[in-house]
Amino acid sequence: MPGYRSIRDLDWTLLIVTLALCALGVLQIYSATLSTKWQDAWWKQIVWVVSGLAMMWMASNVDYHVLLGRVTYLYLASVALLITTAVAGNKVFGSTRWIRVAGFTLQTSEFVKIVLILLVARYLTDLKTAGSVSWKDLAKLGGLVGLPMLLVMKQPDLGTSLTYIPIFVASVFMAGLRWKYVAVIATVLVVSLPIGYHFLKPYQKDRLVSFVYPDRDPKGTGFQVIQSRIAVGNGGMWGRGTKESSQTHLGFLPVPHTDFIFSSFAEEHGFVGVVIALVLYFLLIMQVVQNAQTATDKAGLYICMGVAALLLFHVLVNVGMVVGKMPITGIPLPLMSSGGSSTWSIFLLLGLVNGVRLRRFVN
Amino acid sequence: MGLLKSEHRRDERIASQRLPRDDDPKEAAGKIAIFQYLTVLVFVFLVSGFWQLQVKNPEYYSEAAERNRIKSTPLLAPRGKILDRDGRVIVDNKASYSLLLNRDEIKWEHLPAIASALQLDYSELAGVIRRSGARPQIIVKDQLTRDEIAWIESHQDTSAYPEMQLIRSWRRQYPQDGFAAHVVGYVGEIGEAELDAPQFIDYHQGDIIGKDGLERQYDKTLRGVDGQQRVLVDNLGRERQMEATQEAIPGKDLKTTLDLDLQAVGELAMAGKRGSVVAVDPRNGAVLAMVSSPSYDPNKFTGRISRKDWSQMANDPGKPLLNRAIQAQLAPGSTFKPIMAIAGLEADVVDDQTTFHCAGGASFYGHYFACHLKHGHGDIQLHRAIAQSCDVYFYNVGNRLGIDRIAHYADLAGIGRKTGIDLPNETQGTMPSTKWKLRIARQKWYAGETISVAIGQGAVTVSPMQILLELSGLGAGGKWYKPHLVKDEAPVLLRQAHFNPENLQQVVSGMYGVVNEWGTGHAAQLPNVKVAGKTGTAQVAATEKTKGAKLHSELANNAWFVAFAPVENPEIAVVALFENGVESYNAVPIVRDVLKAYFDKKARGDSRITRNAQPFQAPQLFAWVPVSGGVLR
Repeated sequence: MPGYRSIRDLDWTLLIVTLALCALGVLQIYSATLSTKWQDAWWKQIVWVVSGLAMMWMASNVDYHVLLGRVTYLYLASVALLITTAVAGNKVFGSTRWIRVAGFTLQTSEFVKIVLILLVARYLTDLKTAGSVSWKDLAKLGGLVGLPMLLVMKQPDLGTSLTYIPIFVASVFMAGLRWKYVAVIATVLVVSLPIGYHFLKPYQKDRLVSFVYPDRDPKGTGFQVIQSRIAVGNGGMWGRGTKESSQTHLGFLPVPHTDFIFSSFAEEHGFVGVVIALVLYFLLIMQVVQNAQTATDKAGLYICMGVAALLLFHVLVNVGMVVGKMPITGIPLPLMSSGGSSTWSIFLLLGLVNGVRLRRFVN
Repeated sequence: MGLLKSEHRRDERIASQRLPRDDDPKEAAGKIAIFQYLTVLVFVFLVSGFWQLQVKNPEYYSEAAERNRIKSTPLLAPRGKILDRDGRVIVDNKASYSLLLNRDEIKWEHLPAIASALQLDYSELAGVIRRSGARPQIIVKDQLTRDEIAWIESHQDTSAYPEMQLIRSWRRQYPQDGFAAHVVGYVGEIGEAELDAPQFIDYHQGDIIGKDGLERQYDKTLRGVDGQQRVLVDNLGRERQMEATQEAIPGKDLKTTLDLDLQAVGELAMAGKRGSVVAVDPRNGAVLAMVSSPSYDPNKFTGRISRKDWSQMANDPGKPLLNRAIQAQLAPGSTFKPIMAIAGLEADVVDDQTTFHCAGGASFYGHYFACHLKHGHGDIQLHRAIAQSCDVYFYNVGNRLGIDRIAHYADLAGIGRKTGIDLPNETQGTMPSTKWKLRIARQKWYAGETISVAIGQGAVTVSPMQILLELSGLGAGGKWYKPHLVKDEAPVLLRQAHFNPENLQQVVSGMYGVVNEWGTGHAAQLPNVKVAGKTGTAQVAATEKTKGAKLHSELANNAWFVAFAPVENPEIAVVALFENGVESYNAVPIVRDVLKAYFDKKARGDSRITRNAQPFQAPQLFAWVPVSGGVLR
């Protein structure tokens, strides 16, 4: 097989953009955690990135068709892993999301994303009815995605469980969905949202309320939204620089190296820095989409579009939260936020995309 | 899971076989384009979010960030002291502590506990916070007691009540027992109406402002500029480093023309009476003493949230808040006669030889007007008419002059005009004339009304300050200076009359007679100093009713006495108004006490006065025993 794959066939644009974002991330982690208890997070992040690159290389070398062929086992393993996490996981901040594997604490729900992308791709390629997905398939696939979502939601980790939705939606949309179906689903969603609100946990309700009215309780749940907006606004056009970013360095910004890394970035580098970073994310997603366009088969297309949708959702929700345009969900910013599981899972996904690219000339 | 087997077979097909025909990804191109547009939309949405925060109004957020990191503590500037003419302190400041609440931190559920610990009324405290508008810091209580300070200190650090902040403040310290209260006034929190007024444009909500007296008149001099201490803090309120400290600029001291010794004598002489004593230097208008009785304790007004004492004061029938020296409006009675005399002489309707017959009363225009001396003064000329205050003589003078000529001379002497003293809320008084009556009542003036005005009754009303200015100006040779309370102010000559010196001499000589001959004010005689003056017994109500009225009864006549000395070149002029004092001789000793104090002090060469600014201590001054002593009862 290596005969038709060359290192020149790798998606270099994607790789450069990815590494540029990782570099911004590491620098920002370094700056935001200076003289705090997390001040070694930056070199840990370097370790994650470097090991992530290796994983990306490995993932791109695995034929995704083989993975698609094993997806049933992968899926069952994922569900088992989530159940294990629930039973034997580490409880941090009141939520059981992590398990210890060989000295690493891994957030299992991050890796489930990969399996779900493969699962959806596989299910949709198997469909006999090309061009439109039937209610029955929709329900089946929904159920398959819904089960791990439910498990993650119970951890509780609403944010990560929500990231599974764009995978499902984007791929189904690509497979073809009748407009009638779209209309029905939209109606059902609109009707069920207020009902679903009642099933949220009190802190989740608070987050939603404080998203809509951040000034109602400035010291309580609205605090993070307000402080993040202040940090962003404080950055102005050119940014405050590392020394003058008071929101980041005096601790007003919550977790400035993980979920709120982009607030901290915006405070230090201003609107100009923000636009540069967002352009990089835009290029990243567009490059993934480009790989979808050149994919040789629908499975490759679904995988790439699943990854693109997932990235877009992450950026929208995380960056939107930073400017107060999205409720606080606690999902990381891909490639920039400090954290091993998130970094690894993104690199693995990008590896899959690269794998699709490497195999585009098959046929 | 029966599916597993067949799925396995399919897996192998996907992995190894060629793809079926319908597996052409190109058919999804349109949908991918939709996704790309969506992506563009998402990024535009996000960039617009940053644009709003970072480019459109970054000041709002940079200020918010500054409010986050800078903890600013106000450094309150002490107000200037108020000093007497020798630099002795009348109003001082005492260091104290105040409680400040940081608006951003206030939790409403904390307020009941804070209110009860500080003995505040909860609704008042909540009202203070609500009224404070957008001020980031609100001072809710001054003059904290030791217990309250201890409570605050033990609760602010445990972050139980992070909104509380203890700051050093200054408490205005006024003399005890309302000493000189009406002159110095008091301070209080600026009111809503004042905030809207253009002259208070530099003031902010919660500022302390002079409310009355010198405190109000010279507020801009006395108030300092508050400073600010700025400390960089982190999210837990821990202080990281000091930022620039802006020191408070203390207010300027106000050196007044008041003489504490004379003030003390006046206060003591007025104790238990209603009325006023004012002393001025006729040569320049400097006010040496100003007493209004009953008085109030301004120390009660210095707090921020004590409205109960206020309403009690405001509703007191004795009107302690009224500064009678400049706000009383009463008939001057016979103290008006010297003006009549100079008017008569200047207008040439009488001369020193003109004789009228007093038979205890006379009839004018069909009405009988009595003289205060029932059996009459007999044939009487100007000098004795002033000295013995013959009403009939002045009825005749007034009748010859007519109201408008009287008004002209009275106006020259300052009756019916504000004196322009540097105190707020002075009243104007009334000097009737034909024009005045037309304007006020739209009626013609009747000649009969002139007769009452001639002896300072009828529509004439004056304040003690006005009547003092009237006579001291005559004593000073027809020069009226604007009364003032600030020492280094240049004298302002209000009006100068070019009277015939002989005429002036006649009047002053008559007033000298009041004290030194067989006059009504003989009790004001002083050894070695020639005193001239004029008594007055002004009716409060119709004569029939007042006949049986006792001292202090509300219907009893008001007693007046105005005097100046030395008669040749007056240095001091004093007025005493003793409301309901029945007879004018009850007011005379009050004036005498002040005059004597002045000349005794002068004789000692001011040796007793320390030039250094020492805090005023009332007891020492009151050890100074005045001549007439106590209260008339």
